[in-house]
Amino acid sequence: MAWLVVRLAISMSLLYTASAVFEDQVGKFDWRQQFIGKVRFALFDTHSQASKKLLLATDKNVFASLNSRTGDLFWRHVDKTGPEGHIDALLMYGQDAVVVVGNGRLLRSWETTVGGLKWETVLDTGSFQAAALVGVQDFVKYVAVLKKSAISLHDLSSGSEIWVENLPDSDSVQYQTIYSGGNGLVLVLGVVPNSHIVIVEYKIEDGEIMNKKSVEAAWMSSLESSCAVVSSGILLCVDQITQSLYTLPLQSAEQTEMRQIHLQTLDLEVVSGFRPVLTSTQPNPAQPPLSEFFLQLSPDHHILLQFKDGLIAPLRDFNPAYLAAFATSGERTVAAVMSPKNDTACSINLFSADTGRRHLDTTIIYHMDPNGGKPNRLYVHAFLKKDDSVGYRVMVQTEDLALTFLQQPGRVVWMREEALADVVTMEMVDLPFTGTQAELEGEFGKKADGLLPMVLKRLSSQFILLQAWLAHLWKLFYDARKPRSSVKNEVTIDVLSRDEFNLQKMMLMVTASGKLFGIDSKSGTILWKQYLENIQPNSVFKLIVQRTTAHFPHPPQCTLLIKNKDTGLGSLYVFNPIFGKKSQISVPALPRPILQTLLLPVIDQDYAKVLLLIDDQYKVTAFPSTKNVLQQLQDTASSIFFYLVDSSQGKLSGFRLRKDLSTELIWEVVIPTEVQKIVAVKGKRANEHVHSQGRVMGDRSVLYKYLNPNLLAVITESTDTHQERSFVGIILIDGVTGRIVHEAVQRKARGPVHFVHSENWVVYVYWNSKFRRNEFSVLELFEGAELYNSTVFSSLDRPHPPQVLQQSYIFPAPINTLEATLTEKGITSRHLLVGLPSGNILSLPKLFLDPRRPEMVSEQSREENLIPYAPEMPIREEWFINYNQTVSRVRGIYTAPSGLESTCLVVAYGLDIYQSRVFPSKQFDVLKDDYDYILISSVLFGLFFATMISKRLAEVKLLNRAWR
Amino acid sequence: MAMIRVLSLVLSVLSSVTLLWTQSGECNNGRRSADAVDTDFSGFSVPLEHSFEVDDVPRFRLRGALQFRGGREQGVYLSQNQLSEKDRNTLKDVAAVDGLYRIRVPRVSLQVDRQTEKQSEGYLTTFVRACSLVESHLSDVITLHTDVSGCVVGISIVTIPGSCRGIEVEDEVDLEVFNTTISVVAPVTAPVPETAPYIERMEQEMEKKGKNPQEQKSFFAKYWMYIVPLVLFLMMSGAQDQSGGGAGGGAANGGGR
Repeated sequence: MAWLVVRLAISMSLLYTASAVFEDQVGKFDWRQQFIGKVRFALFDTHSQASKKLLLATDKNVFASLNSRTGDLFWRHVDKTGPEGHIDALLMYGQDAVVVVGNGRLLRSWETTVGGLKWETVLDTGSFQAAALVGVQDFVKYVAVLKKSAISLHDLSSGSEIWVENLPDSDSVQYQTIYSGGNGLVLVLGVVPNSHIVIVEYKIEDGEIMNKKSVEAAWMSSLESSCAVVSSGILLCVDQITQSLYTLPLQSAEQTEMRQIHLQTLDLEVVSGFRPVLTSTQPNPAQPPLSEFFLQLSPDHHILLQFKDGLIAPLRDFNPAYLAAFATSGERTVAAVMSPKNDTACSINLFSADTGRRHLDTTIIYHMDPNGGKPNRLYVHAFLKKDDSVGYRVMVQTEDLALTFLQQPGRVVWMREEALADVVTMEMVDLPFTGTQAELEGEFGKKADGLLPMVLKRLSSQFILLQAWLAHLWKLFYDARKPRSSVKNEVTIDVLSRDEFNLQKMMLMVTASGKLFGIDSKSGTILWKQYLENIQPNSVFKLIVQRTTAHFPHPPQCTLLIKNKDTGLGSLYVFNPIFGKKSQISVPALPRPILQTLLLPVIDQDYAKVLLLIDDQYKVTAFPSTKNVLQQLQDTASSIFFYLVDSSQGKLSGFRLRKDLSTELIWEVVIPTEVQKIVAVKGKRANEHVHSQGRVMGDRSVLYKYLNPNLLAVITESTDTHQERSFVGIILIDGVTGRIVHEAVQRKARGPVHFVHSENWVVYVYWNSKFRRNEFSVLELFEGAELYNSTVFSSLDRPHPPQVLQQSYIFPAPINTLEATLTEKGITSRHLLVGLPSGNILSLPKLFLDPRRPEMVSEQSREENLIPYAPEMPIREEWFINYNQTVSRVRGIYTAPSGLESTCLVVAYGLDIYQSRVFPSKQFDVLKDDYDYILISSVLFGLFFATMISKRLAEVKLLNRAWR
Repeated sequence: MAMIRVLSLVLSVLSSVTLLWTQSGECNNGRRSADAVDTDFSGFSVPLEHSFEVDDVPRFRLRGALQFRGGREQGVYLSQNQLSEKDRNTLKDVAAVDGLYRIRVPRVSLQVDRQTEKQSEGYLTTFVRACSLVESHLSDVITLHTDVSGCVVGISIVTIPGSCRGIEVEDEVDLEVFNTTISVVAPVTAPVPETAPYIERMEQEMEKKGKNPQEQKSFFAKYWMYIVPLVLFLMMSGAQDQSGGGAGGGAANGGGR
């Protein structure tokens, strides 16, 4: 008995330990890409010529340093999401980067070489307005932070607060900017909209107010957007209504009102409806800004102006010019201007800032990606060459969040696709066959045309296959002689073809910015990208694979439904997932908001699955809507059901399709919104296979699973959030009949709820508000010892409710996302993939989440391999599938089956993207990497020869005996 | 309400009595028990309506009345009429064209005080194929599902057997009286991690171990007298081999250099 237990324990532990990757498998079939998001601030490290650092702060609250030669990350700091980690300002001086975080909550200084935190100061409350470096006598010593009602000065080397002063009349005056010209004063500029400007001068040493004055400016609404400081403390503002520039010396006592300069006197005019922008530059915070500045008059018109002796003189007019930026290297300041060259390219030129003269041989040609967006930001890195001329590199950010780093004469040094930091949804599509495979495949698809041509065709295709195989063998032999590293060949779209076990697939990723990507799952190479313009920022996307690659010669087809969250209006984008090309198929117009989509197994004559779109009047649009499809829909209409969820009214309703493509309401379930609200509804995945219909019990009887493909899991949360009364509800509803199959409440629990619905089980995670911990709960549904109708499942004919088993467990970590593995035939045991906030992805065997885990071990439960119940779920480090390749802010996990039953492809996305394979039951259908082919073949050959020899010997012996 | 009373006076057939309100003990302890126990209420009833039309446009008619008994012993009864000749024929016609038999109840709360305070608008509907109803000789199971507050959220109907095999129902009598089983199902309380029994079990095991240390001795403790000499013997013989092998290897290495 004891021996049995020991043996069992040993076998169990062996079963569940060795699931981690080996050291030599690292990076073999997994990859990770790290992203940062949309760049808000970018600064080049200019303090030494050889520096390669590029500091970036993004809207994803990431502060990072990039290698400007390769585009790789040196280091990256991911702060909290939301406003708490929002980066308000980034300033750099020498080796230090000063960052204001969380609406002026924290002031941090980072060491830029290794990314270490030098100091951090908690600032007083108050909403952040501006921050600036303050210098005294050519040295930058302080950083000033302006809040809504106070200004504080901090030491740059230690972060200690020098002084903090309340701003006068801060409830009426909006203080918006700080200016310091290195003369021992800090100037705070505020505005009372449409009335006057307030200028307060503070002494750097002790924060004493030296001077305070107000200047009439009835036309001004905001300082920040319309003003800049140029030259030695001249405030320069622009107003599009009066078409004028206004100047004001900040520190002169005599001038008490702004001087108006009509743009007409400079022969300039602001395009109506465009808000002009002033751009000045202050290369050294300890010195006043330059007297040259850019004025943008229309989206593609910039002009370089100079302020001199109270007069403004144009230096150079750039028309057309999309973008302009200043850059400084040493003592020289240059301006880079991007102008359109032709339809597909822009040229960037360098001009000296003080004269407006063009530097010779400084053109960079920037080729715009025809599938990308327009450039919208230009960051310039200027440096002095050996011959003392100014060289430069530029980083261009486009609307689709691509960062391109260019150097002369237009070479793209690197490129980053930061749109991938915000993947919304994804799919994996099989790659197409190679030409020869397709040839063979196509043979079966064609109509028969006589016996002889068929035979000939077969012979020819077999011959082609033989040829291809020989070529493949030759290549193998050729490659085997080369060192392994040099064999690595580039993945391009032309050589893409399905591998033997369908392990390499095309990953389709849809990003929030509206850019689509086609990524090779093996290497992570971006094979195609397509930017969809005019995508509203609050759009929701749904990606549907209508035709897979299995229907040669028809190209695969994917449809992206883009829906505006506010209006509900949708549009369809149909494309080829392998090449990313937009399909020429005409798309139905969708004039009404779309409520639901439904992909039917019905296929049209071109093997595309039919997509039904249901609008807010419950009318159905079919896509594609050929005659053939409509005919099929009419025939099958009475068996097409769909459901709608209206969470604002707590209503779930079921509809049936009529022959004329209208619909009828057939069931309705209303969950009162006063008590609980519907937070999520999930069906099962359409491509899921369940191999075994039941579970064999300890006494050799079978417990049949309740495998209802129409089952919906509805999760609700209580409106009462009190920790004693809050609950999470789980309702299992049949999507066809509206029958509530099971209804349970998890008391003293609240969300966020993550759940997976698959096979005959639902696993959900919730927060137990009483014990303050995360808990897993698993529901399993069984029909019982007998199947009602074993041949076919029909929701309309399943009168007996299933038996429901449930068990809960403590999970000792918070989780971000949950998904289940998926394999080709569903034979392999299932694992749950849990995305943890730490960035790890835990592969948790479903065996641990089994409501039949017994309290007490019995002979039968042991026979069934049930693990005795333990309330706490273990987390073992070797279950982390991504070892140290953590995925920052993991938001979703996508699983796809491969051609091998043992293997499931996994993609985790969030800020980073991680792709790997998991083997929930280990690689039972694959020989090991270190499989000893030589030994097994030598044994075989040895045995073969031994039999031959012994046979010969036996014959001789027999013969000899016969002679005797 | 009046209409229902009249109806019940008319020769109504009380077809079936049902289960008690399946309400788990857990459910009864929150504020809910306070609502339910104290009220002395004789019960109330809601109409159950059905619709079966050949053209499949729902026109609901009264089928019966659901009577809820309040108080401690909560239950539900259904009193319903016989199907008229016309209805029987319609039902058979609907079954012949594979139409739907729909039922609906108004959204009500089974909680007494709530019942009076607010009669919520709208209905809960569901359906079953008319043919299966005919073939099962009007034997159906109706289940009302409530939420935690006792508000009816859904209704479901199944027939037993549920299949449509195209069997002709000849006898008119079979289609006169509903043989209904009705029940009200409240949500069950999902289990929480059971730490207490687990700890108890662990303690028991520990105790067991403590009681008879002789039996629980580890394998090594029991058989050390055999293992140690064996290991020693193996080590001795192994060491000899290894020293020989090691020396040989060392020599070979040395020779190689």
